[in-house]
Parts: sequence; C-alpha cells; structure tokens
Amino acid sequence: MNENPQNSVSPKTIEQVYQPVTRRTFLKGTAAAMAGLAGLVAALKPLLALERGEMTLDDLLQKHYRELKPEELQRILRELEARCAREHGVQPVIRDLKPLPGVEFGYALNLTRCIGCRKCAHACLQENNQSRSSADDIEMSYIRVLELKKGAINLEESDLYYNPQTVPQKDKYYMPVQCHQCRQAPCTKVCPVQATWQEADGIVVVDYNWCIGCRYCMAACPYDARRFNYRKPNLQSARINPNQSYLSNRIRPKGVVEKCTFCLHRTRDGKYPACLEVCPTGARVFGNLLDPDSEISYILKNKRVYILKEDVGTLPRFYYFFDQ
Amino acid sequence: MSEYLTFLWRVVRISFQGSWKFYAWMTLLSVVSLVGLHAYARQVVEGLETTGMTNQVSWGAYIANFTFLVGVAAAAVMLVIPAYIYKKQFMHEVVLFGELMAIAVIIMCLLFVTVDLGHPERFHHMIPPFGIFNFPGSILSWDVIVLNGYLLLNLHIAGYLLYCRYRQTQPTKKFYIPFVFISIAWAVSIHTVTAFLYVGLAGRSYWHHPLVPSRFLASAFVAGPALMILVFQVIRRFVRYWIGDEPIFTLRMIMTVAMIINMFLLGCELFTEFYSPTQHAAAAHYLYFGLHGHNGLVAWIWTAIVLDLVGLALLITPISRKITGLNLACVACVVGIWIEKGMGLIIPGFVPSPLGQIVEYLPTFNETLVCVGIWAFGALLYSWMLHVAIPIMNGSLRARPEIASSTQPSS
Repeated sequence: MNENPQNSVSPKTIEQVYQPVTRRTFLKGTAAAMAGLAGLVAALKPLLALERGEMTLDDLLQKHYRELKPEELQRILRELEARCAREHGVQPVIRDLKPLPGVEFGYALNLTRCIGCRKCAHACLQENNQSRSSADDIEMSYIRVLELKKGAINLEESDLYYNPQTVPQKDKYYMPVQCHQCRQAPCTKVCPVQATWQEADGIVVVDYNWCIGCRYCMAACPYDARRFNYRKPNLQSARINPNQSYLSNRIRPKGVVEKCTFCLHRTRDGKYPACLEVCPTGARVFGNLLDPDSEISYILKNKRVYILKEDVGTLPRFYYFFDQ
Repeated sequence: MSEYLTFLWRVVRISFQGSWKFYAWMTLLSVVSLVGLHAYARQVVEGLETTGMTNQVSWGAYIANFTFLVGVAAAAVMLVIPAYIYKKQFMHEVVLFGELMAIAVIIMCLLFVTVDLGHPERFHHMIPPFGIFNFPGSILSWDVIVLNGYLLLNLHIAGYLLYCRYRQTQPTKKFYIPFVFISIAWAVSIHTVTAFLYVGLAGRSYWHHPLVPSRFLASAFVAGPALMILVFQVIRRFVRYWIGDEPIFTLRMIMTVAMIINMFLLGCELFTEFYSPTQHAAAAHYLYFGLHGHNGLVAWIWTAIVLDLVGLALLITPISRKITGLNLACVACVVGIWIEKGMGLIIPGFVPSPLGQIVEYLPTFNETLVCVGIWAFGALLYSWMLHVAIPIMNGSLRARPEIASSTQPSS
C-alpha cells in the first residue's frame, strides 16, 4: 500500500491526528449523541403498536414441531386455544393428529364433470380459517379455479377471475388447482429451516411456529399452491371453524406461509376433505393410494389420467382425469 | 492486548473527528438510515402488507437489491486478482478499498434478506443447535454460509492488514495470504450460489436456465468495478490519499471485457427466447414487450438495455480514456445492471404466475424507504470504514507517532 510518494504525509503525533477532548468538544459530542438517540427512538416508535403477546419468549424458545415432547406439544396446543379464545372470542379444539399407518392420500379431479362453480374454493376458506376481507374474497383459498378455453390445456390462456352469470360457459372448461402434495416436493427441499416437510401419509405440512417467512417455498412451487400471511389474518368470529389442528387450520400468525393439507384434521379422522364434500357434481375423488380397492386406485388404473406440469418432475399425488 | 485496545480506542476517537463536510455527509446518511428504520418498524408491526408483494409476486425490491449487491461484493475480487495473482503493485494501493466495500455490501445484503423475512426474530431457527439448518438441501442455507464466510474472510484480511500497518510491522504472510486466495474462489461462490437460488427452481422457467450464473458473474464484474472507479475518484478528490490512474484504467479494462461478455450472453438469451418462442418465453415476452396488455416492466428493461449499450459504447471507444467519459460509462453500467438484476430478473420470474395469471408488482412507498434506508446505511458504513482506514494507510495514524516522526515513513 501507499507506494506512491504523493501519499506520504508528514507523520503526526496522536494529538495532531485527533484533538484531545475539551469541555467544548465534550459538550458538542454529548449533544450529537442525544440527537442521535432521540432520532433512534423516534424511528422505532411504531414498534409500540405491537400487540401484547405477539412476540413472547415462549414463542421464541419453542422447538420445531418434530422435536417437541408430547407434554410440551400439549401445553402449546392449550396456549393456542386460549389465544384464539382471547383474540377472537371462539373456543376452539386444537388437536395434533398423526398420519395413519398404511395410508398414503391421493386426490383425483374429474375435469369432465367440474363446472367451475368455485364452491370448493369457498368451502376451503370456511374450513381452514384463511384471512379474508369479505365473504367473496377467495384470494387466500388454497384452491384456484381456472377457466380454460376448450381445445387445449393452456394455463397461459387461463382466467382466474372469470365472472359470468352462469357456469359452465359453453366454450370453456374448468380446472381447480391446489397443492399437489408432490412426492418430489420442491417446496420442502428449499426451506432453509425445514419448517415445511412431507408427512408419512404424503401430506406436506407447515409448522407455523417455525416458519421464518422467507417465501422461498412459494417461489419453488410450480402450482401456485402456497399463500403468505402478509397481514394478521382478518377473520370474523362467526366464521371461525373451531375444529382445528396444529399442522393445518389453526389460526395463523402473520408473516408465515400456509397451504392445503388435504384437510388433515378431517382426513386423518376418517372424513373427506371439505372441498370434496361440497362439490355438487361429484368431480372429486379422494382416498388411500395404498389400498388397491379404493376409488382413487380404481381411477388411476382405469381412467385417462392427466398430470399437471408432469415435465417439472414433482410426481404429484393430485391427478386430473376425464370421463369417456 | 493493551496495544490492541489502544488501537480500538483511537479508531473510535478518529471516527468522530473530521471536517464539516464529513459531519454533514455522515449526518445526512444517518438521518436517511433512520427514516428507513422507521419504515421498517412500521412493516414489523403491520406485516409485509406494507410492501407491494403478493401471493403471486412473492419477492420484490428487497430480494432484487440483495441480488444486485451480492454481485458488487463479489466484484472485490477484481481488485484482489490483479494485486495478488498478477502482482501489480499499484493495485495493492487500492485493494483494501475493495475489501472494505465487500464488507459493507455484504452487511447490506444480510439486511435486505432480513427485512424480507416475515419473522426476522426467528432467524436463530437457521443456527444449530437452536434451530435446524436444512443443509445441503436448501440453496438458501448454502447462501447463508457463503455470504457470512465471505464477510468473515474480508473482515479478517482487511482488519489484519490495517492493524499491521498501524503498528508499522510487515504483515506475516501465512496469516493472510492463504485467506486472500480462499477469498478469490469464495467471491465467485457467493454470486454463483445466489444465482443457484433461482436456477434451482424447475417450476420457474424464466430462471431455470444454465446461463443465469454466468450472466450474474459477468454483470457483477461490470457493476462492481464501476462503483469502485467512482469511489476512487471521490477518495482522491476529498481525502489525502492519492490513487493513480493505473488502478482506475485496469478496472476499466476489466469492466469492458465483462460488459462485452454480459451483452453477448444477453444476446444468447434473447435469441433462445424469441427465435422459437415456447410457452416458457411468456415471462421474457412480458418483460420486453408486455403480455396481454400488461407492460409494467417494459419501460424499465429498455432503459436498462439502452444504458447497458451506452455503457458498452463508451467503454470500447477512446471516450472512456478520459475520466469524464469513464464516469459516464460507470454510471450508465451501474444503473443499467441494477435495473436488469432487479426489475429485469427477479420480478419476471413471477410473472406470469405458474398458473398463468399476470399480477404486476410495484414497490410501495414504505418498501422504497426501507430500501433507501439500507443503501444509506451501507454508504454510512463504508464512509466510516474509509474514514478510519485512510489515516492508517497514509501513515498519519500509527502506533508510535513519536518514533515515526523522527524517521522517514518506511513504506
């Protein structure tokens, strides 16, 4: 460094490099420090509006779902129930349902029958306690129903916001898309903290208390299946579903990612997903892929099955099929 | 030990001494940083809804700036290679400025990632044993390692050399030369890994492209040296540290070559996308020409291309042998590449969405304030580092001034 002769300065004493502290410089320094501190406090003032209990020490110290001891998990479930009752006036039951042995869930959707009524998208909202600003606001629904032109399966030409007087329109057909619970799930692979993973029954879940909100999984998903809580969920008490579970439809904090879990609080309890129950045309088929006698196994064996974006190599557990 | 504490104390003291221009500049940067912090505090309370991001466009200005700045940090290597591999003595006079810039810029990168998180208070979930680090599966965890590693490498090299200089002892080679060579490879890795963040996503065809990392590096080696050239001139105008023309024109040569490669790769990309357009070209179509009446990025990208072309034209002609022409080229390249990496690379990855929807993105005012705040903070950090480092480098701050004052400065 500093080989250039023009760089050499006459060496100075320390006193020449910086002047000693005098009463005058000390006072000036103190005034500047006070001004800086006042600026810092003013800058941070919005933090006073943070709600009490929004960031607690317990939350910060909580371990990953899969590392929790049963008694710790029970304590957390009771706390979450109390929080829901306190904030929304609804006393929920929050359970922790484990995957059933010998079960791998699969879902098939009959594109010949679907009429695009969006009842599934609305039922999803009611079942899963997503944020919504009005009854018609289905942005956070885990199901996006696409309207496509007959003659091709061209997503690029699809319309998500179709709004005709009646459905189905004659020259159109409809394709609901939700999480495909992929066997090679790109979303779980990219998560830097393993806050999202695949369970033994194939369902991809999120630990909302572990997610750091980086949204890398959203960038990775080829099916636009993930939603982010850009704000604290907007929920009316009357619309809250009290039948909840830790890994699925309990009320989410702001700043985390959520997604379809095949309604695991229902399906691991022997019921069908909410979107299937509400479908007026019977376009939806749900069941155990490992059971050769299940309806889903029959469809995969006998129907013309279409896999959305098969080229991406995600190996979905969600299938589309056509009637003859 | 006590000598080191004295050193630190002197650094603190000298940090607060300067001309009125220095005070004015630092005050301005502090105020802008605080405005950014205020905007961020609002975002913490209200959530990321204060940004323009949506479920469809889930990354925006924060990640765009992050990506650009990783490139700038990596470009410090373009000072290190001529200095340490080609042994250009004149580069040794300035190589430290590049390393210090890398430190400031990496800190800006980490801030940009932090403000993008929905739950920044859970960052310890990434740090074992408190958390679970998804390594080697997640490229983001690789990025955390390479960025922090690069930060530590540069802190060590710059800190060690400055301290030796302050004590007027010859630095011991084995304490820093190995790290210098590691940092060269490491610099390439930070930008490559950051490119892999995007390239690794098979569901986003706009990013899933082997050319992306090469273009990242090429454009970084334009934007980084361009910023350095501008900084060198500020230093030689305002501070008592002479920087000759050789480092500046060495960087000009590097910029020129990198810019030619960058534009060549851009041409390859455009040919592939548009000669036989597939459905996968929709994002590129949206970026350059608009799609179905949506053309939010068209003005941005053509501005970037024009600036890139102007920069290239200035660089390859004798105009940039004059300092004014070179400065013009640097500004054009920095702005052009900043747009290209931000609005031109991150946003079109999300538009159209994987299901074909077109949701456009524009940063909000609050989001812009946070970005400006981080830039100001980075400038504050770098200005402070230069303010401390330059008196050490030109010999006016040294361990034993009374001894030194009786002899000529040794080197």
